[in-house]
Amino acid sequence: MASLKDLRNRINSVKATRKITSAMKMVAAAKLRRAQEQAEAARPFAERMERMLASLGGSMNLATGAPRLLAGTGSDQVHLVVVATADRGLCGGFNTNIVRRARRLIEDLLSQGKTVKILCVGRKGRDQLRRTYREYIQDTIEGIGRRNVEFVEADQIATRLTEMFDAGEFDVATIVYARFKSAISNEITVQQIIPAPLPVAGEVVEERTSGQPLALYEYEPSEEAILAELLPRNVAIQLYRALLENAASEHGARMTAMDNATRNAGEMIDRLTLSYNRTRQAQITKELIEIISGAEAI
Amino acid sequence: MMAEKVAFELVSPERLLVSQPVDMVVVPGGDGDFGVLPGHAPLISTVRIGVIEIYEGTSVSDRIFVAGGFAEVTAERCTVLAEQAVRVAEIDPDRVEEQLRSAREDVTEATTEGARHAAERRVRLAEAKLEAVRRSTVH
Repeated sequence: MASLKDLRNRINSVKATRKITSAMKMVAAAKLRRAQEQAEAARPFAERMERMLASLGGSMNLATGAPRLLAGTGSDQVHLVVVATADRGLCGGFNTNIVRRARRLIEDLLSQGKTVKILCVGRKGRDQLRRTYREYIQDTIEGIGRRNVEFVEADQIATRLTEMFDAGEFDVATIVYARFKSAISNEITVQQIIPAPLPVAGEVVEERTSGQPLALYEYEPSEEAILAELLPRNVAIQLYRALLENAASEHGARMTAMDNATRNAGEMIDRLTLSYNRTRQAQITKELIEIISGAEAI
Repeated sequence: MMAEKVAFELVSPERLLVSQPVDMVVVPGGDGDFGVLPGHAPLISTVRIGVIEIYEGTSVSDRIFVAGGFAEVTAERCTVLAEQAVRVAEIDPDRVEEQLRSAREDVTEATTEGARHAAERRVRLAEAKLEAVRRSTVH
């Protein structure tokens, strides 16, 4: 059996661990709140953007000259998978879940004979994917949202994507990220960002049938020119949204993981304390017996 | 007749900046400035770098600098999606001067096409900001 000193050391070390995990939990909670607020604040822009795209797409819909960002390249041979994970670990299954979903997507695409390229956002995703898909990984972007996720960062990634798209490096881009549901749950989401999907059609029809005629907009300078500017913006916005959701999910997952760790540490301390006290008691009893039997022998 | 107002909204990707009823706004559209009064014909336009002027009655009550974006106008509302927006009164000319200088340096030092474009864009932005401040002080 472990000596009293060993037990005492172990108790102290677990106590120290508990302090760290509970501090991390608190930090994650504060960051989660901020990330949530930010995600909320970003919503109006995305909504208005969608409304605009809807009315533009509605009137453009079947026009043949639709920009490539909307209509696609006409082929879907080369897929770019953007895997958004966190830069840091210690957040439960967060990174693993995203990577697992991305793997499934990649396997699917490969089995259909598509060419796959991977762009990792976040170090942890790269670390896990590198083992199996090293040759597919184009690049990794790190350091997103070290403090807050800035729109500029999303914009840089978007610019890069549109440049690659224009250079014909891929036909379809999909992003894998965790959509935030609550502090304890998130939903891994696979979303196509290029070419821009048209959720538009349904909404437009709805608006028409609800009796309110769809406003016929005038366009300045022209529909094509506006779309040409709006679509790259839209890519940036979708990315920004995904990154914000991802950040909120990450902090939520970390909070839950650290809460569990703190509780486990507490249980462990209880168990160790119990066996510490038992050992101490056993030792005292042993000493007493020695004294008594010594006295009797005289 | 002028009792009606336009519901004006200015939104940046990070947050909703302004949301208030106004008498009139003048937006720097891609094809020239346009004023929006209640009952304006529906319009979607690009917005160039410039200043949005908000009118209360017949005088300007607020000037906001925007770094390009989009505007959607209907009879009741006017929504501007801007990538960057600052009140002209809150622009610090000295800091902008400094940004302008560093941006100009970046233009000359840029090694790649992309970097030069980005730097040139920053130069244009800073110049437009300074111009906005200058005009608002003359008025």
